[in-house]
Amino acid sequence: MNENNLKAILVEGLKTPTPESTQKKYIDFAQVKFTQKIVLSLEESGKTVDAIRRNQKIGNIFSTIILYLIIGALALFMIFPFYWMIITSLKFNDEIIASTQTFYPTIIMWSNYVYVFQSFDFTQYLGNTLVVAVFSTLGTLITTIIAAFAFGRLQFKGREALFMVFLMTMMIPGEMMVISNYITVASFGWTGTGQTRLDAYLAMIVPFWISVFYIYLLRQNIKQIPNELYLSSKVDGKSDWTFLWRVVVPLVAPTLISITILKFMGTWNSYVWPNLVTNSPEFRLISNGLRGSAFTDADTGRTSFGYQMAATVLVTVPLFLLFVFFRKYIMRGVGRAGIKG
Amino acid sequence: MEETKEINLREQKSLTATNDFFEERPQYEDSFDADRNVIVRLVAPQKKDAKPYKITGIDDVAAKNNWKAWIYLAPVLILLVVFLLYPLVNTIFIAFLEDYSSITGEFKSVTINNFGVIFGLTTYNGGKEINFVQYAIPNTFLIVILTVPLSTVIALLISVALNKLPFFQKFLQTVFFLPYVTNAIAIGMVFSVIFNQNGVFNFIFGLNPDEFKWIYGATRAAAFVPLCVYIIWSSLPFKILVFLSGLQGIDKQYYNAAKIDGASSGKILWRVTVPLMSPQILYIMVTSFIGAFKEYTSIVGLFNGPGTSNGDYSMYTIVYYVYDNLSTHTSFAAAAAVFLFVVILAFTGLQFMVSKKRVYY
Repeated sequence: MNENNLKAILVEGLKTPTPESTQKKYIDFAQVKFTQKIVLSLEESGKTVDAIRRNQKIGNIFSTIILYLIIGALALFMIFPFYWMIITSLKFNDEIIASTQTFYPTIIMWSNYVYVFQSFDFTQYLGNTLVVAVFSTLGTLITTIIAAFAFGRLQFKGREALFMVFLMTMMIPGEMMVISNYITVASFGWTGTGQTRLDAYLAMIVPFWISVFYIYLLRQNIKQIPNELYLSSKVDGKSDWTFLWRVVVPLVAPTLISITILKFMGTWNSYVWPNLVTNSPEFRLISNGLRGSAFTDADTGRTSFGYQMAATVLVTVPLFLLFVFFRKYIMRGVGRAGIKG
Repeated sequence: MEETKEINLREQKSLTATNDFFEERPQYEDSFDADRNVIVRLVAPQKKDAKPYKITGIDDVAAKNNWKAWIYLAPVLILLVVFLLYPLVNTIFIAFLEDYSSITGEFKSVTINNFGVIFGLTTYNGGKEINFVQYAIPNTFLIVILTVPLSTVIALLISVALNKLPFFQKFLQTVFFLPYVTNAIAIGMVFSVIFNQNGVFNFIFGLNPDEFKWIYGATRAAAFVPLCVYIIWSSLPFKILVFLSGLQGIDKQYYNAAKIDGASSGKILWRVTVPLMSPQILYIMVTSFIGAFKEYTSIVGLFNGPGTSNGDYSMYTIVYYVYDNLSTHTSFAAAAAVFLFVVILAFTGLQFMVSKKRVYY
C-alpha cells in the first residue's frame, strides 16, 4: 500500500457515506508495513493541512496586531486628557493659546503651581474635603455594617419586605430628595445666615450616612458567611454584637475597604450638595473651589488655562494615588456595584 | 409542606429498617436538608393528627433575636425616613403647591399650575418659562439618545477585544479604567481646554479657530460635540469593567462549539457573546439611561454654566433646571424633579419589559 492509496482511502472515507464508500472507511493498519512512512494529508483547495495551519497562524498574528493597534489608539484616547492636563499645567500662557499647539511644554512653568498654591486656597478646600470625607465615611460604615448584619444574618418579621423597600429607593433619582433635604437641613438650622463651620460640616455629612447600595453590597457578602461560624459562636455563648465585630467584620474587610474608598472618592467628587448648603466659599469642598475660582491672569484679565490646569492636576493627583494603592479594591467594588459615591 | 412530608416519610422508612431494634421508641438522628437549609428531626407523634416531624435549625435559633434586629436597623431606618422617604413624598407635595418658599415653608394654594408653567403652557408673573421646554427636555433626551447606545456598543467592542488580548491585558484594562477615578469637574475643565477654539482639537483636525467654536460662543449643535465626547469618555470605564467581568464568566465551550460549526467571528459576537452577556447589558442599559437622564456636572465642568455664553441657557438639562431653581422657585424645581422621576420610572419599566424576552439568565 503506497501513499497515494492511503490518501485516496482517507478522502473517500470523509465523503458522505454511500453504500460503497462505507466499505473503505477505515485504514487497514494490518496492511501497513512499519518501515513505510505514512503521510496523512488532507487537501483543501490545493493546500495541505500544514499550509492551512500556517496561513491561519499568520492570519491570527495579523489580526492580533491590528487588534493591538486599535486598542492602543483607543487607550491613547482615554489617557490623552490626562496628558493634556499635565502638560498644559506646565505651559506658558501664550503657548497654550498659540495657533500652533505643542505637545510638550517648551518652557516648564512650575510657577503655575506656585500661583495656584497662593491664590486658590487648596489647603483650605483639602481640609474641608478630608473632614467631610472621614466623618461621612465613618458614619456610613457603622450604619451599613449593622444594617447589613441585621438583613443578612438576623431573623425578624417583615425582613424581606423591608429590604425590598430599601432596594426600591435605589430607583429614585437623587434629585427628588435634594429639594426636600435642602429644606430639612435648613430646618435643622444647619444652613442659612450665621452658618458656622460645624453647621456646614453637619449639613454635608449627616444626610450621607445612609447608603442603600452599600447595605445591599455588604448584605450579599455577609450572607456568604457559613452558618457554622454563627452557630459555633452561639455555642461559645457570644452575643450577636460580639459575633458581628469579632467574626463578621474581619471576614468582610475587603468589601469594607472598597466601600471606604468609593465613599471617599464620592466626597472628593461631590459638587452640587456642598454648593447648595454652604453660605461661604471657605466651607466648600474641592470641586466647588475648582470651578468657583477664577484663575484669571493678572495682566490680561483673561482666564489662565495654565493656572486652571495646575489646579485640576492638584485635585486629580490624590485620586490617582488612591487608585495606585487600592486598584484591586476599587475595581472590585465598582465591578460588583457601579455607583460612584 | 407536602414536599417536606414526603421526604421525611421516605427517611423514616429507611431509618426504620436499620432501627428495628428500637421499634417501641424510635430514635432517629437529625438529618440536614441542604435544599432548604434546615435540620429535619423526626419525632414520635404526640397527638393523633400531629405531624411526625419537626423542623428546627439555624432559623429557629436566629428567630429569637426578633426585637434586637430592630435595634440594629434603627439608625438606618431613621436616616431612611428622614433623608429618603420623607423627601420623596414631600417633593411630590411641593410640586403641587403654588409659590412654595423653601425658607418659610409658606405657599399660596394647591395647584397643578407648576407643571403648566414648566411646560410653557401657562404664564407665571405675566411671563412664560420657555427654558425647560425649549432647552432642558430636548437636551436631556438628546444626551440620552446620543450617548447611551454609542457608549454601550463601544464599551462592548472594547471589552470583547480586551478579553482576546494575549499580552498586556491587565495593564490595558487599568488604562481603560483610569477615567473612572477622576473628578468630573476637573476633567470637564480639561475637555473645555482641549475643545477651546485655540485648543488642540481644532489644531489636530486643522479647523479654523474662528469658524469652529465648541465651548465659548458655540452654537447649541456644536456644543453637543464636546459634551457627548466627554460623557462617552467618562462613561466607558464602568461599562468596560462590568462587561469584562461578564465576559470572563462565559464558558469557553460555547466558543469552541461555535467554531466547530464554522461561525464567523462577527456571528460569534452577535449570536453567542451578546445573548450570554444580556444580563450585564441590561444592567448597563438601565444604569446608564438613569445616569444620562441626570447629566449635570459634565455641563458645569465643560461650560461653567448652563450655556455657551453669559445669559445663555441652551445647554440646560432637566437636572440643571432643578438645581438652578431649587432655592428661588422651589415649586417649579419640584415639578421638574417629579417629571424626571416619572420619565426614569417609565424608561426603566420599559427596559425590564423588553428584557423579559431578550435577556437570558
